[in-house]
Amino acid sequence: MENANQHFREKVRWRWLEIAFWLCTLLPFVVTPNYLSLASQIAITALFALSLDLILGYAGIVSLGHAAFFGVGAYSAGLLAKHYWGEPLAGLLLAAIFSGVVGYAMSHIIVRFRHLALIMLTLGLGLLLHEAANSASGLTGGADGLQGVRVGTLFGFKFDMFGRTAYAYSLAVLFICFLVARRIIHSPFGLALRGIRENATRMPAIGAPSRAHLRKAYTIAAVIAGIAGALLTHTTSTVSLEVLSFQRSADVLVILILGGAGRLYGGIIGAIIYMVARDQFSGINPQYWYFWIGLLLVAVVMFLPNGILGGLARFFPRKT
Amino acid sequence: MLSSLATVLFDGFAYGMLLFLLSVGLSVTLGMMNFVNLAHCSFAMVGGYATVTLVNSFGWPFLASLPIAFIVAALVSILLERTLYKRLYRASDLDQCLLTIGIVFVSVAAFAWLYTSEQQSARPPEWLRGRIDLFGVNFAAYRLFLIVFGLAVTGLLILLLERTRFGAKVRAAVDNQRMARGLGIDVDRAFMLTFALGGGLAGLGGALAIEVVGLDPSFALAYLVYVLIVVAVGGLGSIGGSFAAAVVLGISDMAGKYYFPWLGAFLIYLVMVALLMWRPAGLFGKR
Repeated sequence: MENANQHFREKVRWRWLEIAFWLCTLLPFVVTPNYLSLASQIAITALFALSLDLILGYAGIVSLGHAAFFGVGAYSAGLLAKHYWGEPLAGLLLAAIFSGVVGYAMSHIIVRFRHLALIMLTLGLGLLLHEAANSASGLTGGADGLQGVRVGTLFGFKFDMFGRTAYAYSLAVLFICFLVARRIIHSPFGLALRGIRENATRMPAIGAPSRAHLRKAYTIAAVIAGIAGALLTHTTSTVSLEVLSFQRSADVLVILILGGAGRLYGGIIGAIIYMVARDQFSGINPQYWYFWIGLLLVAVVMFLPNGILGGLARFFPRKT
Repeated sequence: MLSSLATVLFDGFAYGMLLFLLSVGLSVTLGMMNFVNLAHCSFAMVGGYATVTLVNSFGWPFLASLPIAFIVAALVSILLERTLYKRLYRASDLDQCLLTIGIVFVSVAAFAWLYTSEQQSARPPEWLRGRIDLFGVNFAAYRLFLIVFGLAVTGLLILLLERTRFGAKVRAAVDNQRMARGLGIDVDRAFMLTFALGGGLAGLGGALAIEVVGLDPSFALAYLVYVLIVVAVGGLGSIGGSFAAAVVLGISDMAGKYYFPWLGAFLIYLVMVALLMWRPAGLFGKR
């Protein structure tokens, strides 16, 4: 028992590199104040990738429709701000609740399947939601997007065009969610998830109910993805149908794989590299951008199966 | 009412034949190797663009370009199979998914660059463009051609799989890959040939689809869902299952567009999700 406690305590301990990393995330305020809105987009994407990492990297649920929860969060925050209440934190809460409910409902379906059926179900459910939002244009604005979202002030700070508030807000939410995810991963529950990823039929034999655990993990991931969606609504004051698209699900998958799935910082590193690269190459047609993304995906799968962080870890073996 | 029903059934059946050609290769290769090939519709696109190029730039007749579409798509699929797919047969679903999504992205961008993202067309000969009166109902000649062509291909495929030595090997590999290897069947070779055949048939489907649904670089993603539905419903590795599933899907999609246009693609996705939940191995699947 003492050994297990020691194991978890050792894992939870903050490392210098981590502290340095989070201090570096404050740098954009001073060094690149013109890129703060990009920085807030990166933080949001990183949060979205983190949520996918929980189910894909740790629990082993392959999802091609994770944008569903991002979209539910974005639309619920947008609709609340448009019709009733512009205060952002209430929007975050509502988005978390809604996406959590949708995620919990879907989790009952998801955990029953594996392999191809699972991939296609996540794809199908994502497309279904996308099509539903497109059809319900009275509520969501359809293909034109949700117009007239008025986001109020956050503790008295307005969301301005320089993006100071937006970045501070996104970064703070990312950091809080990261702490939660870190705690979950380094808990017995997190360890059980990894066990289920490796062998879902054996885990119940040592007292870890696979399906109940997977349902929990899936719901938590949905909540975090919904929060990320709400952040996007608050920082851009609009919701487009694109938040639910297959492209977004595929993008976040690429980002996570690029950074390294099954690693806490994988999604964040992937988001930084992907978003900065896309910003730098924004001059080229988005269609051609996907050419390079496609090539990158092929290359990562072929030569760097654990992503960038996995590749780096091979050169710097951890001393324990 | 009755004539509109006949039109829906007829058009839906023709559409189903197209879907069958597009998806039968994926069904068989998935059944053999369990390889999640999301890039299958990219092979269809290769065939489609081969036909567009031959007809529009080189002045070939439409029908003569069809075999070339088949061959080009088959060659491209062999090339990819040998260089990329081969290494990932034992990899996880996720890796296979990612690799093939990467190929889809590359193909979409490459064709957009080569042919712009506008709709392409390739005119079929005059005698396929008119309408034919049959039993008092008016049918589009091209769709009749599609049905005859699709049925012929299905017959040939069934003959190939049921009556030849190659077919016996393929069926053995689909049923039990390890046992087939144990009996000395070269499963890798059989798979490569099946993969090429499936890619070629997809290319043929892509070429034939130009006249019905048009061709632009988003084809690879737009029809992926339909192909996956056919495979999922028909069950892996079953030609008869794919045929039935493609026909049912074609007719119900046509009927949905005709009678409930406001639902859009919603109905199709709903059917797919419901069927998968009910029978994850497909309606006619063995596993």
